[in-house]
Amino acid sequence: MLKGKKLTQQQLFLPLVCVLLVLAVNVVYDISQGNPFYNFFITHIENGVLQGRLITILNRGSEVAILAIGMTLVVSASAGTDISVGSVMSLCASFCCMLIAGYGVSSVENASEFAMPMIVGLLGALLMGCLCGAFNGALVAYLNIQPMVATLILWSAARAIGLLLCNNLIVYVRTEEYGVFGGYIGFMPTPIIIAIACIAVVSLVLKKTAMGMYIQSVGINKRASRIAGLNSKRIIFACYLLCGLCAGIAGIVNSSRITSADSNNIGLNMELDAILAVALGGNSLGGGRFNLAGSIIGAYTIQAITTTMYNLGISSAQAPVFKAIVVIVIVAIQAPPVKARFEKLRAVKEESTQKKEVAKV
Amino acid sequence: MKPANALKDRKSINGNTLLLLITIVLFFLLYAGGCIAFADKGFTNLQTFLNLLISNAGLICVACGMTCVMLTGGIDISVGSLVALDCMLLAYGTGTWGMSAPVMCLMVLGVGLLFGLVQGFCVGYLQIQPFIVTMAGMFFARGMTAVISTDQLSITAETSQTFYDWANFRIYLPFGGVVNRAGKLVMPYFRIGVVVAILVLIVIFLVLRYTKFGRSLYAVGGSEQSAAMMGLDVKKTKLKAYVLSSFLCSIGGICYCLNTQSASVSQATGLEMSAIASSVIGGTLLTGGVGNVIGSFFGVLINGTISSIVQTHGKLASSWPNILTAALLCFFIVLQSIFAFLKEKKK
Repeated sequence: MLKGKKLTQQQLFLPLVCVLLVLAVNVVYDISQGNPFYNFFITHIENGVLQGRLITILNRGSEVAILAIGMTLVVSASAGTDISVGSVMSLCASFCCMLIAGYGVSSVENASEFAMPMIVGLLGALLMGCLCGAFNGALVAYLNIQPMVATLILWSAARAIGLLLCNNLIVYVRTEEYGVFGGYIGFMPTPIIIAIACIAVVSLVLKKTAMGMYIQSVGINKRASRIAGLNSKRIIFACYLLCGLCAGIAGIVNSSRITSADSNNIGLNMELDAILAVALGGNSLGGGRFNLAGSIIGAYTIQAITTTMYNLGISSAQAPVFKAIVVIVIVAIQAPPVKARFEKLRAVKEESTQKKEVAKV
Repeated sequence: MKPANALKDRKSINGNTLLLLITIVLFFLLYAGGCIAFADKGFTNLQTFLNLLISNAGLICVACGMTCVMLTGGIDISVGSLVALDCMLLAYGTGTWGMSAPVMCLMVLGVGLLFGLVQGFCVGYLQIQPFIVTMAGMFFARGMTAVISTDQLSITAETSQTFYDWANFRIYLPFGGVVNRAGKLVMPYFRIGVVVAILVLIVIFLVLRYTKFGRSLYAVGGSEQSAAMMGLDVKKTKLKAYVLSSFLCSIGGICYCLNTQSASVSQATGLEMSAIASSVIGGTLLTGGVGNVIGSFFGVLINGTISSIVQTHGKLASSWPNILTAALLCFFIVLQSIFAFLKEKKK
């Protein structure tokens, strides 16, 4: 009894239960289809690259995982969400492709004259991400605007600016090396490597420096942290900057998968996935304490749910119904009144068992 | 000394009124600018203004609901998807199921109520963040639209005569006629959706101003704790706010469908953004407690004017309205925060 209680109170309990649930659904599905139950976990090398459902999930979930890093910090520091990440992704991807391919390929005949080397495009995209993050951060940290409202501006504008940069066209990048970021290095899918690198760098910085603690302290009480000598505003600003940078990286990865900038569709609804990842990871959306590992697990869980639904034959347009139900159930379990009710029930149960024991004695 | 101080105080309290005033002035400036720039393209006609109302009738209803929710300090981003679901229900119901239009309208309103009840329960009684709840609602409604049908449906005279008649019914104004190229006098007209939207606007304005429910919305948004201490049922008020929002959104969905006479999964994407932007431009604070539907109405009109100017210009890219609205939103948000800053400094 005691042990079970400890387990359920751990921060990673919820995300792990979700992962297990998704895995269970997959296993049951496999058995019902007459496949061996371990079908889901099989990874093999085909055509020189890793294949398998698990790899697909890890690969496709990279963008959400990268976004979830930035989102976790933003949620923790400012008790608000950055809803512009999807649009910023799209803008960064458009900017990057525009630089590499030359301005709007089919509109200018000698487009290759305007083409930049790939490194310029990549740096440009990252810079653009930082710029967007800085804009959000400045509004939130220095002008004291609620995060949701401040990021609402770029949510609507960034995608539109991206379209404008690309002349309302889908810009194709004919440089073959650009496909690497969404493709494979050796047998390993590159997005997985990029995601792991991002996670490693950020968690190292958070672990080795006091930054993680500073962010949590600002999130728990901004004023108290300031009085304690922290520059709250600068820390919040830095979080948004990092979130923008993450969006830039995710944008590059996503556009590299199709070696083009589809401004209308890159990062569509991605902000929702990222926020869900944070919520699923057991982080309070009210700011304060955060758990990066939880968010990352949450991100992959969401991708697993999506992939599982596709496997079950649910179309991509209908999938949101189930996603919504899953989210509401998960969040409702975490809701304070429900938790209180559960605890009350447990207390009553314990009391009754105690009474029984007393009666027995 | 004292009178001067009192005057100053009054001015600082009216900071929000000033915001509303700026919005209204900005609308007239924008419209006047459009009139001067596109006088030869018929921008000065009364019909252009009425078209603004016709095409934004749905948005006006939705923005009214959004304002009510934002007054309590919440947000409802499910409205765009709910409008899509309403349109799909109307089109599919009248077409494939062969139901009559009034029945389907009632059903749509019922769906709105139910939707609002669930969302309101989650926000009010389960204390989940409004953003998360309505985000799930947004997913759900959009997905349900796809479950009903993924086709592009349209409502024509064959599928539903009644609805078609409603949609094409014109109410002519007795003045302001223009002689067209054929030499005929054409009177300016508006449609049923506009009447519904204006009625909704007036009713919500009165409800917010003069009823207990309206004032409790402001109280809850101002400070939840104080509202609870005053004896208000905060949970119930929040529930009611979300039910009202979804209900108004369903009315807006019907108005929207009257205007477009079609339904598809991707319909009304970004409508929630327009509604939120309209409310914020109209002086509603997202922290809650301050706002007015009249402001939201002018916010919608500003939105509409921008897109109609871009359309009339004809050579600007289609993404410009989005960028301009966002820029305006940015301007107003910064203005709000400056006002708030000045107020705090005075204290």
